[in-house]
Amino acid sequence: MTADKPDKLSATKLPSLGGAVTGRVRASWGSSTSYQSATPSAVSWPGGSYRFSARRIANTRQLSNTAVHPKRHSVPFPTIQYRKHIPGTPTHGLQRVLTDADRAATYQDRQRHRYLSLSNGIWASISGWPLVALIVAFVVCLPILSVLYLAFNPEENIWPHLLDTVLVRYISNTVILMVGVAFGTLCIGVSTAWLVTRYDFPGRSIFNWALLLPFAVPAYVIAYIYTDLLEFAGPVQSALRSAFGWKLANEYWFPSIRSLPGAISMMVLVLYPYVYLLARAAFLEQSASVLEAAKILGGRSRSRFFKIALPMARPAIAVGLAMALMETLNDFGTVDYFAVQTLTAGLYDVWLGMNNLGGGAQIASLLLIFVMMLIGLEKTSRRHREHFQPTASRFRKLDRRRLTGKSAALATTSCALPILLGFLVPAWVLLNYSIRYFELSYTEDFRQIAMNSIALSATAAAAAVSVGILLSYSQRLRPTKLLKTSVSISSLGYAVPGAVLAIGVIIPFAAIDNAIDALMRSHFDISTGLLLSGTVFALVFAYTVRFLAVAYGSVDASMKKISPHMDDAARSLGHSSLTILSRIHLPLMKSGVLTAALVVFVDCMKELPATLVLRPFNFDTLATHVYQYASDELIGEAALGSLLIVLVGLVPVVLLTVSIDRSQELKAAGITTVGTSKHAV
Amino acid sequence: MRKITHMFSKTALLVALPFATLTAPLAASADEVNVYSYRQQFLTDPIFDAFTAETGIKVNTVFAKTGLIERLENEGINSPADLVLVTNVGNLAAAVEAGVTQSVDNDVLNANIPASFRDVDGHWYGLTSRGRIIVTSKDRVSDGLIENYADLAKPELNGRICTRSGKHSYMVELIASVMAHEGEAATKDWLTAVKGNLARKPQGNDRAQVKAISQGECDVAIINTYYMGAMMTNPDQQAWADSVNVVFPNQSDRGTHMNISGVVLTKASPNRDSAIKLLEFLASDSAQSMYATNNHEYPIKADVAPSELVSSWGEFKKDTLSLNEIAAQRANASRLVDTVDYDG
Repeated sequence: MTADKPDKLSATKLPSLGGAVTGRVRASWGSSTSYQSATPSAVSWPGGSYRFSARRIANTRQLSNTAVHPKRHSVPFPTIQYRKHIPGTPTHGLQRVLTDADRAATYQDRQRHRYLSLSNGIWASISGWPLVALIVAFVVCLPILSVLYLAFNPEENIWPHLLDTVLVRYISNTVILMVGVAFGTLCIGVSTAWLVTRYDFPGRSIFNWALLLPFAVPAYVIAYIYTDLLEFAGPVQSALRSAFGWKLANEYWFPSIRSLPGAISMMVLVLYPYVYLLARAAFLEQSASVLEAAKILGGRSRSRFFKIALPMARPAIAVGLAMALMETLNDFGTVDYFAVQTLTAGLYDVWLGMNNLGGGAQIASLLLIFVMMLIGLEKTSRRHREHFQPTASRFRKLDRRRLTGKSAALATTSCALPILLGFLVPAWVLLNYSIRYFELSYTEDFRQIAMNSIALSATAAAAAVSVGILLSYSQRLRPTKLLKTSVSISSLGYAVPGAVLAIGVIIPFAAIDNAIDALMRSHFDISTGLLLSGTVFALVFAYTVRFLAVAYGSVDASMKKISPHMDDAARSLGHSSLTILSRIHLPLMKSGVLTAALVVFVDCMKELPATLVLRPFNFDTLATHVYQYASDELIGEAALGSLLIVLVGLVPVVLLTVSIDRSQELKAAGITTVGTSKHAV
Repeated sequence: MRKITHMFSKTALLVALPFATLTAPLAASADEVNVYSYRQQFLTDPIFDAFTAETGIKVNTVFAKTGLIERLENEGINSPADLVLVTNVGNLAAAVEAGVTQSVDNDVLNANIPASFRDVDGHWYGLTSRGRIIVTSKDRVSDGLIENYADLAKPELNGRICTRSGKHSYMVELIASVMAHEGEAATKDWLTAVKGNLARKPQGNDRAQVKAISQGECDVAIINTYYMGAMMTNPDQQAWADSVNVVFPNQSDRGTHMNISGVVLTKASPNRDSAIKLLEFLASDSAQSMYATNNHEYPIKADVAPSELVSSWGEFKKDTLSLNEIAAQRANASRLVDTVDYDG
């Protein structure tokens, strides 16, 4: 059967075929072009399941290439015509002369099918995707809505007291922290991404993936480590004292690590990879033709970056920055350890110190307003500037410019520094402590604990990415205001501090469980107890909600880059929305989907506050295991577990970077899903 | 179509496999007690293991620092939890206030736990107590300079005191006890003066304050007793502990402020009988002496001796102010910390 043929075609043969023939599903998975545009005649169908017949029309030597939806085998619809026979295509035995009778039959089928697809369309609009998406969007909104609900039921009004005392400091510290982290992550993330994608210098191929390493280090861990190194009693200051003969703290000046600037530095070091990851992907996807055009028109290297590359990458960079800032907002561990009074620290104090959960939820709502303002600001400033990628007929990779001498040294240093400070130093300290405290901290259970972490994170990554795809695709199919609002609300989960979000998960889950239990008791005299609360399912759900913004942001960015022409073309060929998603969008979005999965996985590995509250009995992840020591500032005992978090987080970081790179290489080599159709014109 | 199904089955497998490994360890045994714990596992596990060895009853735990009472509250009558272990009066009060506890009237508990360390109605029981003491630098602070909490306000101590954040429950409860004894206005003056004497912005836990003294950053700190024990047994930290003298404040009047760790029985407790056995065990000689030796806390049971180090400090007068009164002043104390900008 022809359906099997495409599998046998090797990827290397594909370029020569021009990709204009059906059945290139392998090739399309291998690449990840994210900007496609083509006239329908150039669309090549990922074949596999489609009945395919190539017909040769005797007198014109035309080849008609017919893709048929699997459900409608009998309908040869519609016909894409190529002007000449494509050399090397497996046409033998499939060609026949199209008679007039055939054409008449085709016409009738087409009419019938038009009717069928119309009725299908109406049905699809009231059920199917949009409905499922709406339900899912509502469910993932529940925790956020619960937090908002709590905010309306405070034990007492906290605001007069806060206004009189610490509120101004909470807000100013929060704003300074966010501005600082934004500035730092943008500087490091964008500049290193630009360097590794556009230039060649010593170590570039290592920096390419190594710049992601700090991502695997939890912020609270790096905070412990640098405090240990840099505080008054730490080795750095002790060495300075013995070198210069100082004794007391007031004899010399040394920046205090436990301060607002300290907190900004720590967060920048572990959060810049968000910006780097997305900026790098965006720069890689920019076709050479655009930048070359700028060069031909006389743009200098600097203005090419600021006027072309940066604006084109801006949506992606904004997503990365938004993630970094939301993570900054929800962080409690670092600001608490550094005694920096931010809104989040205040939230915990109102909740736990003043025993006022409602008041805490009100502060959480204030955090959400912060985030919405940020997102709104970005969107307004970008309005009417849709950056559809250029409709290049073929993607070409821009050659990296080789740097030499001073500039090469500068590039190497600026890439090495973030890795050194964000990963190598903490990893080295952790390793030292792990060795010294090995007997105290090693436990037989580490295997199981690590397995728990990995399995939980993998499940949550799959769930978050699936939900992200579902929501993004539904928005694309049928954008509705309701769905859009739900998606925006659920994306806010990232900015809510973990422990508060956990309460937001507990409330609806326990309510549902108790309602089911009451129903079963009254009708069947059976108690079902808690079905969802306190299970791994609740944890996975919490992770999905918490990291949906990451998954959705990354997936949606890739989805938006696919030209709507693609959908139209596929639709006109009679394919269902599911087929279009699985055969066209997903292959094209591969790097976006992988990025989303990677980020969610690593984030879940590090996730602590929600895990602590929601987990089942006797269930530990690496993060919770570490926390029992870390919460008591026992850095030695916590080191081995922290090191494991970092190591386990590294594996997907490296694997996926390599895989994303390879798909870029394939694309650059010309294996694209869109045939350039030099044969087909 | 085959490919689509293939793809989906692969994804399904990817999702299902980890899930299967996650749900595997959840198999429940019949005889068990479920504990929500605000105390770290490495402290509670040895005690629970001893209980299981003695009675054959399995103890399941969830440890967290926040949110467990809220979880209990929402789970309602179907909550699997039997006991909640808490580390401060605030949590005890929050649990009772939320109505998730039930009263226990048990002869063993009443005999082992002094009345000042348990609820009149039996809704909560103290398990261990810790003194909130003052430590002073052996080299730089003369004997007798500090004898009471009030002395921390002395102008001689300007720029010489280190503490953890005023918002931590140990600090809030100390301030609440001062408030209960001396009234709000006096407490405000005192706390303002202490804030003025701070050597640095409040930061770190109690251990970090002793470390700062040993490094010469400050001369005086307020800490919980068990941190001294923990440092003495850690070769890296012994020098820190050796650099300070221990002062039990207010020996001539009300006594040293004590904070407690305690336990409540939940209202919905599904394994009530086993839970009460565990309660009795926690108040028994063996568990109490484990608390004493492993974590250098003061046993609540009168005839169990504290650890050797803690005993070496000798007997001292403990503040017997009712914990309910401290709990009542907690919110006020927390607000006062904001008002005097203690952490600023």
